[in-house]
Amino acid sequence: MNENWTLFKRNLSDFWKAFRRNRLGLAGAFLVITSILVATFAPLLTPHAPSDIIRDEGGHGLTFAPPSVHGPLGTDDAGHDVWSQLVYGARISLMVGFMAGFIAMFVGSLFGILAGYFGGRIDNLLMRITDILLVIPDLPLMLILVATIRQLDLKISPLTVLIAVIGLLYWTSTARLIRSQVLTIKERQFVARARAIGAGHGHIIRKHILPQIMPLIVANTVLILSTAILVESGLAFLGLGDPTQPSWGTMLNFAFDRSAITNGAWWFYLPPGFAIVWVTLGCVLLGNVLEEMLNPRLTAHHLEGDQNMIAVPAKGAE
Amino acid sequence: MSDHAMLEVRDLYKYFPIRQSMLDILLRRPANNVKAVDGVSFDLERGEVLAIVGESGCGKTTIARTLIGLEEQTDGEILFHDELVGAHERRARAGLVPLEAGTVGSSEQKVFPRMSMKRLRQQAQMIFQDPYESLNPRATILEIVAEPLVVHGLARGRDERLERVKTALEEAGLRPAEDYFLRYPHELSGGQRQRVVIASAMVLQPELLIADEPVSMLDVSIRAEILNLLRDLRQRRGVSIVFITHDLSTVAYFADRIAVMYLGRMVETGPAREVLANPQHPYTKALISVIPVPNPRLRRERVILQGETPNPIDLPSGCRFHPRCPVAVEACKVTDPANVLVGENHHAACLLLNVAASPNIASGEAAST
Repeated sequence: MNENWTLFKRNLSDFWKAFRRNRLGLAGAFLVITSILVATFAPLLTPHAPSDIIRDEGGHGLTFAPPSVHGPLGTDDAGHDVWSQLVYGARISLMVGFMAGFIAMFVGSLFGILAGYFGGRIDNLLMRITDILLVIPDLPLMLILVATIRQLDLKISPLTVLIAVIGLLYWTSTARLIRSQVLTIKERQFVARARAIGAGHGHIIRKHILPQIMPLIVANTVLILSTAILVESGLAFLGLGDPTQPSWGTMLNFAFDRSAITNGAWWFYLPPGFAIVWVTLGCVLLGNVLEEMLNPRLTAHHLEGDQNMIAVPAKGAE
Repeated sequence: MSDHAMLEVRDLYKYFPIRQSMLDILLRRPANNVKAVDGVSFDLERGEVLAIVGESGCGKTTIARTLIGLEEQTDGEILFHDELVGAHERRARAGLVPLEAGTVGSSEQKVFPRMSMKRLRQQAQMIFQDPYESLNPRATILEIVAEPLVVHGLARGRDERLERVKTALEEAGLRPAEDYFLRYPHELSGGQRQRVVIASAMVLQPELLIADEPVSMLDVSIRAEILNLLRDLRQRRGVSIVFITHDLSTVAYFADRIAVMYLGRMVETGPAREVLANPQHPYTKALISVIPVPNPRLRRERVILQGETPNPIDLPSGCRFHPRCPVAVEACKVTDPANVLVGENHHAACLLLNVAASPNIASGEAAST
């Protein structure tokens, strides 16, 4: 329907107008978008594959070569180019983080909506499951799960295991958040009105509940992404990553294992750490700003913004 | 029992159970109920406007919500076109009572077919009190007004749907309708929003409209417009309206019949003009005596009720109005008055009206107070 398209364009431009004014949000968006671009165009940014061994004129492998000797970021203990590992590692880190984040978001939203909307026994059941997951310490549980699944020899790629474990453990806070929102929305009169015109549960959830919590879901997804990337790095650092597809966490693991620190090879362990900070900081900034902008309780009045006001507020009134 | 009334409500009860604490259960305290609607019966003819009047907490909104099936009645029957509606449907679907038929009245055991909630809601629509809350803030006016069509799978074609939405909006006085299609509720004023609510209720062309205080949240200047709109719709479409209000002055404006409620009971029902000109129940008299009259010189005797509405959990014995009634006699504390016919189609539930019929009570107990 072309009405929908007009509407979409209008909403998008309204959103952009509000977003443009927020510096923190712009900074966050910049950090996130650059990292996504780097991951996407990795082959264009480096001449070497991460597994290539860099050799000097004599054909010997360059080990722990500082940035002054080779490339932008030198080489590691086996003569691999650190810059290309970093750039290709972005792909793995972001992919695991995003996929785990989306799984967590999906499961959390589903649990939250079902529990909040239907209440009663369903609520009780789903929230007790959530509580149980909430009180088990995450890290030991994940370590055990990943290690156990790997022992089973299921021929699943280690990254898939990581994604599944992170995704299926990090939805609890989301579920509680969404549930509490749904609880307040379902008591509002437009939901009663929808019931009074004969709408079924599916219709009410799709048309009345979901649009109200969608902004919350979007903002939360971005925040969950940063957690997922951090957790992935943590697990990979503990040696649970895929050594054939190194992420930033795997790089840190290698650097730690192969005494990069005692060798003073800062170009091996600082860049992946910095990259992790870059992405998670970007996600957190963006997520907080989105939450602030889209949270129904913090929604700006339609008169907000100086140009819409009849009397322009004095400077520094905020 | 008039057989041809469009809507018949018989002995409707709605109790809200109060949650008991563990201690109450251990001490075997009896479970309490809020008796929101406590035995209400009325009829509604086609094209008729019935106003249900009463102070807040007297159960008028509960009646509305029960009629449209947002609440399940505790007991009693609602017949719409001689088909049973409301409550029990869920229980019927669960197989506890037969789905296709139920019985009304212990004496006649007449069997009525059941109407599903979905079919009822095609023919009856509700208008809510607060136009700021009853519209989804993230839906456009087009989506809101088209929603009943979508829900009931009517007017499937896009052009047809747009056409019906347009007609409904223009009938509700929002024209040109196209200007409103893509706007959001927050861009409209309260009066416009209530028109959108009415348009969305009328898009299915229902036979019954349940209006729960449709103007109480609006500016006084807009009230008359919305009331005019409802009156026009009723004249043009012949829609029946159950009009719920606490404001007797709006009732005089367009109701055919009035039912005055006090604490879950209808204490007086009758033709609007008759009730307003010749109120019989002391409660109705008190309500009418305090309607503001736009003439400062006119001095009237106003009956100001003393005390507060009793707790609907623990109703007074006898007549539920006796603690506040200015003319109560001893007998009122004991006897719950029945409805008495006091005029053509005009009923009131007061012992003193019984007195007029049987003077032996009057000489005995009315004198003692």
